[in-house]
Amino acid sequence: MANLRGRGGVGPAWWGVLERLGLRHERWERLPEPARRSVTLGAAAVLALAVLTPLYSIDLQAIAVFLVLAFLFVPPWRRVPVVGRFVLPGMVFALLVSYPYWASPPEKLFTIPILGPFPNMNTMVIAAIFVMMALGLNMVVGYAGLLDLGYVAFYAIGAYTAAWFASPQFAGANPDFTPKREFTLGAVDVIPGIGGFHVSIWLLLPLAAALTAIVGVVIGLPTLRLRGDYLAIVTLGFGEILPQIARNGDNLLGTGFNLTGGPPGITPIDPPGFGYWLQDKVGLPASYITHPAFESLFYWTAIFLVLFTLFCSVRLRDSRLGRAWVAIREDETAAAAMGVPLMRTKTWAYAAGAFFGGIAGCWFATFKTGVFPDDFYFNISVFILCMVIFGGMGNVWGVIAGAVFLAYLDREGLGNIGGWINTNFGTNIDVPLYSFGIYGLIIVVVMLFRPHGLLPEARRKREFEHTLQEEELTGAES
Amino acid sequence: MADLLEVQRLRKEFGGLVAVNDVDFRIAKGAIVSLIGPNGAGKTTFFNMITGVYKPTAGRVLLDGEDITAKPPHAVTARGIGRTFQTIRLFGEMTALENVLVGMHCRLRGGILKSILRTPGIRREEAKAREKARELLAYCSLDGRDGDYARNLPYGDQRRLEVARALATQPKLLLLDEPTAGMNPQETVDFTSFIARLRDEEDVTVLLIEHDMKVVMHVSDRVTVLDYGERIAEGTPGEVQRDPRVIEAYLGSGALAG
Repeated sequence: MANLRGRGGVGPAWWGVLERLGLRHERWERLPEPARRSVTLGAAAVLALAVLTPLYSIDLQAIAVFLVLAFLFVPPWRRVPVVGRFVLPGMVFALLVSYPYWASPPEKLFTIPILGPFPNMNTMVIAAIFVMMALGLNMVVGYAGLLDLGYVAFYAIGAYTAAWFASPQFAGANPDFTPKREFTLGAVDVIPGIGGFHVSIWLLLPLAAALTAIVGVVIGLPTLRLRGDYLAIVTLGFGEILPQIARNGDNLLGTGFNLTGGPPGITPIDPPGFGYWLQDKVGLPASYITHPAFESLFYWTAIFLVLFTLFCSVRLRDSRLGRAWVAIREDETAAAAMGVPLMRTKTWAYAAGAFFGGIAGCWFATFKTGVFPDDFYFNISVFILCMVIFGGMGNVWGVIAGAVFLAYLDREGLGNIGGWINTNFGTNIDVPLYSFGIYGLIIVVVMLFRPHGLLPEARRKREFEHTLQEEELTGAES
Repeated sequence: MADLLEVQRLRKEFGGLVAVNDVDFRIAKGAIVSLIGPNGAGKTTFFNMITGVYKPTAGRVLLDGEDITAKPPHAVTARGIGRTFQTIRLFGEMTALENVLVGMHCRLRGGILKSILRTPGIRREEAKAREKARELLAYCSLDGRDGDYARNLPYGDQRRLEVARALATQPKLLLLDEPTAGMNPQETVDFTSFIARLRDEEDVTVLLIEHDMKVVMHVSDRVTVLDYGERIAEGTPGEVQRDPRVIEAYLGSGALAG
């Protein structure tokens, strides 16, 4: 049984079946990669057709999309540097940017069987925000191997930073503390006399990121001395403390100072925008909220932020710091003996992760035009961690895939599936009600069949397999 | 010759157990010194105190006259002590080249911002580091192994990669903890001459923990013997070999009586 473990692609149980049918794993491995990929894709297509043809008529558009995917996936593009480095990413980028055109009503895209229509713009913005957070958490958990169960704290700090400096919070809620005059710095359409701080979102994003990174360092300094499980427990604590402060911060330490707005949160947060001068000169939207396609604007900005996060993430991974992170993940003692300062390097991982969590939180608050403490419960930490594990720790592409998929399921997918079940089987189940049970089930299934995630980092995958083998060896000895 | 390392009355207690008992110790620049003793004599504890893994209970460690007692491991490495481990502790899922590059960590400057921007300075530094790492691998007879994952290397190569990684920290003093353990006789012979070559060509001083007496006698300038945490003998290999206390420690008191 041991030699069946760790075979990529299909789980060990499936290989048992396939081998009985005559497809031996060795023969499969010897096939060229494009052949293997086209077989996999073909099998998936046949399976899909077999299941779906009785239910639906064949849609030409769907076939076209399938062919485009096959074209992107099957040929070994990586070996053609120009295509692999520029053409393919360019195509994906173009598809992403033009998505609002396809998805905005009237929809020009077909509906997917069971899942229903393609995700709407609101879902896409949220998915992009979760991708940012998952990439940030991936730096901590995936690269440096530090289990962080309180990542939501950073998300919350980013969001509250936006709320403090782009809302009337400090005027209306605290008449004693700030004069009833607003402080405006680049914000658009501030109502005169509303009070509070109104800083432009473009300044707030870096401010929130920096502030969150600083909090990351402050939290990290005492906790990162701990290893493994102990670190996880302490981060869990911080992940609980900060949202509690948010929930109860409307009367800070009994002084009557309203910091966080308490359970109802802080609203409204100023909309982002480029101001009237830039609108007249360059044609950029003055204010997102008054623009007819405001969701697309939020989406495009979120895509830009995701690309920024991805860029930093990849650059860091391939840097001196990224090497040190992996070294710490592999063997802390050896890394220290090779001159890697443990505390500083781990704190950098924390700060970098927090930085992007802060950006995501800030954009999230702006998109929702408010912060509400209920958005920062512990389950969000777990949700983001699920995205990282599900996609494949350490691999940015896997993490992105995991984040998009789970965010989509959460926002729309489960509801659509539930609707399909209810109309076709005459039931009346509220599927989204069971969301966390379903995510748990997904994670269990993924862990059983692809223990290293959907698209694992090559290195991580090997680490994992070696642990399995070592466990087996020691098990046999004892 | 001036002393590179000077250890003054170094002591380590684990609860009631005295693992290292007020040991004085010095290494001259350019020497190869061996530290021997029966199992549990406190050799590795002694190593770990020098490299900052353990905090000594008492005593001082001076490197080139600078007090490095109880400095954290990475600071000790930065000041010029490189080490290998008794059981191999390579970064198994990193390539041989990456292992060596991690060793260079404290000699490189690339900060977080510059790494993200990948400035020309960083590009140059990284290219140079890679070049240097390849040279080091070749020097340790690991050429052509750059891209192999450390875990997949044969045992002898793993041992040599550990040395290459330690050399990448640009040490003045190289500590090798039982480097020939588990090697076959031919590998041991090769490794012994490799240590001598290191000292002659690379200008490093070597401190060796070793059980293989052939290696110790062949390569060492001085030998120190620990037993139950105490230094029981010090001298040239020949002197130590004839020391009655050493013979007793290794073979039991009956050996002398009989």
